[in-house]
Amino acid sequence: MRFLLLFNRQGRLRLQKWFIPLSNREKNKIISEMTLTVLARPPKACSFLQWRDLKIVYRRYASLFFCCGLEDQDNELLTLELLQRYVELLDQYFGNVCELDIIFNFDKAYFILDEFIMGGEIQETSRLCLARHMEEADAFQETVDEYEKNPTY
Amino acid sequence: MSPSVCLQEMIRVIRGARTQGEERGVIQRECAAIRAQFRQADNGGRSHNLAKLLYVHMLGYPAHFGQMECVRLIASSKYSEKRIGYLGAMMLLDEKQDASLLITNSIKNDLSHSSQHVQSLALCTLACMGSAEMCRDLAPEIERLLKASNSYIKKKAALCAVHIVRKIPELGEMFTPSAHSLLSEKNHGVLHGAVILITELCERNPDNLKQFRKSVPELVQIMKNLVTSGYSPEHNVAGISDPFLQVRILRLLRILGRNNDAASDAMNDLLAQVATNTDSSKTAGSAVLYETVLTIMDIRSESGLRVLAVNILGRFLLNNDRNIRYISMTSLQKIVQTDHTAVQRHRGTIVDCLKDQDASVKRYAPSQRWHIDTILHVLVTAGGDVRDETVPNLIQLITAASELHCYTVHKLYRALISDIVQQSLVQVACWCIGEYGDLLLKGECEEITPMQVTEDDVLDALETVLQSHMSTPTSRGFALTAIMKLSTRITNNVDRIRSVVSIYGSCIDVELQQRAVEYNALFKKYDHMRAAVLERMPVIDRNSSGQTNGDPSVEPMKEFNQPKPVQGVLIQEPANQVCDLLDLLGDSNPPLLVTNDHTSTAPNSTNSTSSNVQDNLLDLLGGLEPTPAPSVTVFEKGGLSLKLQCDQQTETSTTVTFTASNSTQSDITGFNLQAAVPKSVQLQMKAPSGDLIPAQGCGTVTQTVLLSYTNKANLKMRVRLSYSSQGTACQDMVQIDSFPSPAWS
Repeated sequence: MRFLLLFNRQGRLRLQKWFIPLSNREKNKIISEMTLTVLARPPKACSFLQWRDLKIVYRRYASLFFCCGLEDQDNELLTLELLQRYVELLDQYFGNVCELDIIFNFDKAYFILDEFIMGGEIQETSRLCLARHMEEADAFQETVDEYEKNPTY
Repeated sequence: MSPSVCLQEMIRVIRGARTQGEERGVIQRECAAIRAQFRQADNGGRSHNLAKLLYVHMLGYPAHFGQMECVRLIASSKYSEKRIGYLGAMMLLDEKQDASLLITNSIKNDLSHSSQHVQSLALCTLACMGSAEMCRDLAPEIERLLKASNSYIKKKAALCAVHIVRKIPELGEMFTPSAHSLLSEKNHGVLHGAVILITELCERNPDNLKQFRKSVPELVQIMKNLVTSGYSPEHNVAGISDPFLQVRILRLLRILGRNNDAASDAMNDLLAQVATNTDSSKTAGSAVLYETVLTIMDIRSESGLRVLAVNILGRFLLNNDRNIRYISMTSLQKIVQTDHTAVQRHRGTIVDCLKDQDASVKRYAPSQRWHIDTILHVLVTAGGDVRDETVPNLIQLITAASELHCYTVHKLYRALISDIVQQSLVQVACWCIGEYGDLLLKGECEEITPMQVTEDDVLDALETVLQSHMSTPTSRGFALTAIMKLSTRITNNVDRIRSVVSIYGSCIDVELQQRAVEYNALFKKYDHMRAAVLERMPVIDRNSSGQTNGDPSVEPMKEFNQPKPVQGVLIQEPANQVCDLLDLLGDSNPPLLVTNDHTSTAPNSTNSTSSNVQDNLLDLLGGLEPTPAPSVTVFEKGGLSLKLQCDQQTETSTTVTFTASNSTQSDITGFNLQAAVPKSVQLQMKAPSGDLIPAQGCGTVTQTVLLSYTNKANLKMRVRLSYSSQGTACQDMVQIDSFPSPAWS
């Protein structure tokens, strides 16, 4: 995977993850082109399209569009499953996730993504493991924060 | 606004801004505050400030002044600060920034941190934005972590190694031994990472390929376990156990089995098992099957397996899910392009699918043009054995795509002149050239590079098909009809067409002979109807499946309903009678022997029996020529004469043909007929054959008019002629009060 973008119907970006080094200008160009192309698609259209040398897979979940740029050997159908998994993980973490959750807690959305995908590839295929890791990391953060607030010495 | 407002509050304020300007103002104030905060020494709200900055960055505002803050936060000992610091690094820094080098040391330290969470942050960041230098620096650390006892770390280290190998392929050697041992892990996350790492190593270095081929049995075993394992809540997706891992393994097997018989053999059984046992009702299963098909087609698989793969693609074409249908079409396209032989061997299956699914493929193909292109491509590569129904289907598709007629005929013409082996392609091409030849001759077409095509070129192409020994009788029939249709679509070479048609009047092939004879008649006695008969065809209605339209080139025969069929039917009977006669004569003589003698039209023939048959045939044909219907001259002036002929009359309709001829020394140009009828009569004027009447009776212009009425007695017509003769524009009017009765009413 080259990139993963989340944006809403008005074209507002909610999350961007890049797995290849690109300049800010290039990133912005891709973002605007993706937004335009995907938002212009009719609702019944296929989830796949060809853009430059990449395969684009996108899916709409409520008010958000999840959009990935894939390389030639990547499996598009599997990527649909990947997006589904990510949404399920967000849902499990936030409880009935909606766009607002991702706006106000974008850092958590990134942390979950970083537990799921690394370097453009999936790192954990088990839902349960992933949820557990997030819990542990959050718990770890809280304990350390607590400790820092109330040092025993 | 207090500078230490928390992230949520700031977001709320920004979202509350009613205009872009207001938002910009808020953000500018916030950024100023954040910058001030960054400059301050140690303060508790650092992570919040960076988080705020990252939000602002996502909205599209500049945030480069946060880069150093990221570096500082990463170096902090607080986990919460590290967490946001690393996130910031991934968002604001990339390998092109100088600041990224500064975090190398922090990453190195954190890779050996006591907490796995901190290690994970470092690994993730390195895999996300690690530059080549950083990778080189930290590769040994990663290699060490691959051997760690913690699966959480191992799986992340594996993907980090993947990133390193992508950046610096030579470092791959460092990871090869560990990668191998990782395959024996039970943890799916680690396995997944290991498979990806091995895939990457094999893709970069053929030596690795050789080495990892030995792992094929191990991979096969892992796959088997996945496929046959029972339900596991952890990994199950829609009935498939860990489809992500399955797909990656299949992809690796593809690379290992490519161009290698031994490896391919070892995976044959597994691939068959996966292909048959995987439930494709949901996307997960389809994803696995898709990858399986790609693998089967790419390795040295046995033919049974390839048939299985093509069948799967065929089933995908039938799927309700349009994404799956899209996948199957793109795969079929790829297969046709790269694996000619597989296509040739399984053409029947593929084309069956294309044929059956024409409707859904059309409904959902990205565009009509794409659809036509795809089918053309299949015809070009595998069309030699395409089913007959594909030809009428494609023709129907083409007629429906009216804006693409020009593009299609150009494409088909080019395909025809390059190769006439594929009969179905030849047939479709001939049909299109006959039908849309005028578009072809115009030369320009938007979507294709322009190519000047002359009438001679087109006729040459069609005659080549007609004469080639590679052409089947059906194709030659198509070509002959196409040549005939062109007689109304071209201007200069009508004589050439006339001669071709008359030559084939004595062709060996009975079908061609019949066509040629009829077309000849169309030139001679029925020239006035030729324009109407050979008009552009309307869009063909889709037939229900099972009902074959037969040879679509026969349709023009159905077009001119009225006078011809009578003659046509009668001509066919003698052919049947010939067969009967042949039966009577003893069927040791196959009909072909007899028809050989038909090359000579002269009644004198050496073989008396066959000459009898031949005579009979000719006699029957001769006897059937109908006397021409009487034509009445309705207008005569200055060398221009207009004749009227009624060709069919029922109680409520008449077909009237006007023939205009010119006996002056010079051509009459711009000839145009207009007709008016009483209110109780309905009038339909067909296209005239032209508007130029050659001088000295060398040619005529004909136009057919259909009249329908309730009462024949009321039938009257007023005709206005406009034309230019010898430089003067003229207009004349003629009233027609009575119509001659046709020959056989």
